[in-house]
Amino acid sequence: MNKENLDLKVNIGGVVLKNPVTVASGTFGSGREFAEFIDLNRLGAVTVKGVSSIPWKGNPAPRIAETYGGMLNSVGLQNPGVEELIKNDIPFLRQYDTKIIVNIAGKTIEEYCDVAEKLSHADIDLIELNISCPNVKEGGVAFGIDARMAKEVTREVKRHSKHPVIVKLSPNVTDITQIAKAVAEGGADGLSLINTLLGMAIDIHRRKPILANVVGGFSGPAIKPVALRMVYQVAKAVSLPIIGMGGITTGEDAIEFILAGATAVAVGTANFRNPRATMDVLDGIKEYMLNNGIKSLDEIRGIV
Amino acid sequence: MKEIKHVIVLENQMIAPKMYSMALQSEEIVRVAKPGQFVNLYCRGEARLLPRPISICEINKEEGSINLIYAVAGKGTEEFSRIEEGETIEVLGPLGNGFMIDKSKKRNIVVGGGVGTPPLLELVKHLKGEIDVYLGFRSYPILVEEFERLGARVHIATEDGSVDFKGNVLELLKKENAVGDIIYACGPKPMLKAVAQWAASKNIPMQVSLEERMACGIGVCVGCVCKTKKQDEDDWQYKKVCKDGPVFWSNEVIWDE
Ligand SMILES: Cc1cc2nc3c(=O)[nH]c(=O)nc-3n(C[C@H](O)[C@H](O)[C@H](O)COP(=O)(O)OP(=O)(O)OC[C@H]3O[C@@H](n4cnc5c(N)ncnc54)[C@H](O)[C@@H]3O)c2cc1C
Ligand SMILES: Cc1cc2nc3c(=O)[nH]c(=O)nc-3n(C[C@H](O)[C@H](O)[C@H](O)COP(=O)(O)O)c2cc1C
Ligand code: FES
Repeated sequence: MNKENLDLKVNIGGVVLKNPVTVASGTFGSGREFAEFIDLNRLGAVTVKGVSSIPWKGNPAPRIAETYGGMLNSVGLQNPGVEELIKNDIPFLRQYDTKIIVNIAGKTIEEYCDVAEKLSHADIDLIELNISCPNVKEGGVAFGIDARMAKEVTREVKRHSKHPVIVKLSPNVTDITQIAKAVAEGGADGLSLINTLLGMAIDIHRRKPILANVVGGFSGPAIKPVALRMVYQVAKAVSLPIIGMGGITTGEDAIEFILAGATAVAVGTANFRNPRATMDVLDGIKEYMLNNGIKSLDEIRGIV
Repeated sequence: MKEIKHVIVLENQMIAPKMYSMALQSEEIVRVAKPGQFVNLYCRGEARLLPRPISICEINKEEGSINLIYAVAGKGTEEFSRIEEGETIEVLGPLGNGFMIDKSKKRNIVVGGGVGTPPLLELVKHLKGEIDVYLGFRSYPILVEEFERLGARVHIATEDGSVDFKGNVLELLKKENAVGDIIYACGPKPMLKAVAQWAASKNIPMQVSLEERMACGIGVCVGCVCKTKKQDEDDWQYKKVCKDGPVFWSNEVIWDE
């Protein structure tokens, strides 16, 4: 067996990725900057930064705080709006032989549906619905922490989207399997998890939070055990394909997620420390397969 | 393809309390670097994940090396201070846009505050005409002789009065009735804001090099933003310090955050 005849293909909602490695939304921009570091053709898919129906300004700085083995961010989904993405970023990415996943954000169900509708005519492959956004109509409660709202937004976006819809789950809940089941009932074609954990850091000299927004999303290697546990639980609870993420830095990390039941994996914060992290993960997966006589990841997926 | 490089540390010595000068061997960086750009330095291991952005202080064409001057501000820079000469460090760069040098300006004012001073040294090498360098420090001035060797007039303010003028750099600018056609500045934000207001009152165009906490340094995370005015519009937007800056025209920056 050699690297060439390994079967790395995975199917997410009817879309076939040539390998299971993609990137976590918001950690890769639209891929342009990373094209200077890696060959984007080698990625199974590129997941672009979150977009909303109109431009969002985002939160004040400081937006970044480093924590042990991880980081906090309070970017607040700053983005130029879906139309800019369709005009500038999609044509750029289409030059590459990789699938395109567009992560969408909204503050009301109508806004989510509006983005999905605008994307229906765009040349993309999958929509990733970020339900961690606060719902302004429901007093700012995130869609992703309420099973009823999560199901409803999934159902509505599905109705307005021509593309298959993956729903990205928030880990900031008591029982993530309940949200996963609700979203599956809403008609999701796949799941991705986890989004960032809510965290905080304080500057003891200034005696103030480091982030201007006080709290922010915790990501990076430090969150991997939590992410892995949640992927494991969700994989046992629903039969949808899962894109696993949360602290993945190496091929070994990715294999752990696949053993726990993930169909594909996304590399996030690791891209900041090492712009070649996705390539290291892909090469690491192949090496593990070769060393262990595995021809297809189906042989090991979810066996734990 | 670009990549993070392991480069050799040629020199790493203390030049003032908690202040180090580090020389890195890198022909590649030297070939393309411009004054006002920065590099990302990385810590060992994964406990401290994020890059430490440090400005390029000098570009040494002959030696194929760059010089950085950094303060020990926390755990990462403390780790850097313990690196022995001959060891390697991971570096990415040069990053960002440097100063937009206008050689037609006859009288240059250069303003530095504390660890904002280093990038101004390479800048001064590229300026034409008269150069007045105004520097503010808490108590230990750095790089004074280096600026003087380049033919610049150096004016120093220290907060505790231990060297020359006692006070801040804005007070010094006012006291000396500084005149010029352009200002280039780098330092803490409150200082930049104060000098920018003074520059505006005197109608002197000014460039500022800003700092912000960064996660990538290459324009993807949208973490390192500063609030700026939109051109020809009564609106504002967050721009990325790492990619759109770190140098901005001071009248573009909205200083309220
Ligand atoms: C464009 C740019 C150029 C810079 N040039 C220089 C220079 O030439 N010399 C110098 O001494 N310092 C410079 N700084 C500041 C320097 O990056 C920080 O002092 C350094 O990152 C602190 O790291 P630490 O691990 O020691 O501190 P810690 O407090 O342990 O760092 C924790 C995290 O906060 C970040 N951080 C802390 N302080 C700052 C800060 N002031 N600015 C940005 N990030 C910060 C760190 O990068 C790290 O991610 C520059 C900053 C920027 C943005
Ligand atoms: C700077 C930053 C920006 C992010 N932006 C988004 C986003 O726009 N949409 C989204 O669904 N998740 C976003 N995330 C979450 C990541 O996609 C990912 O779910 C999370 O960081 C966990 O993976 P990691 O530990 O590998 O980074 C962002 C994360 C970071 C660090
Ligand atoms: S540090 Fe990531 S965009 Fe500037």
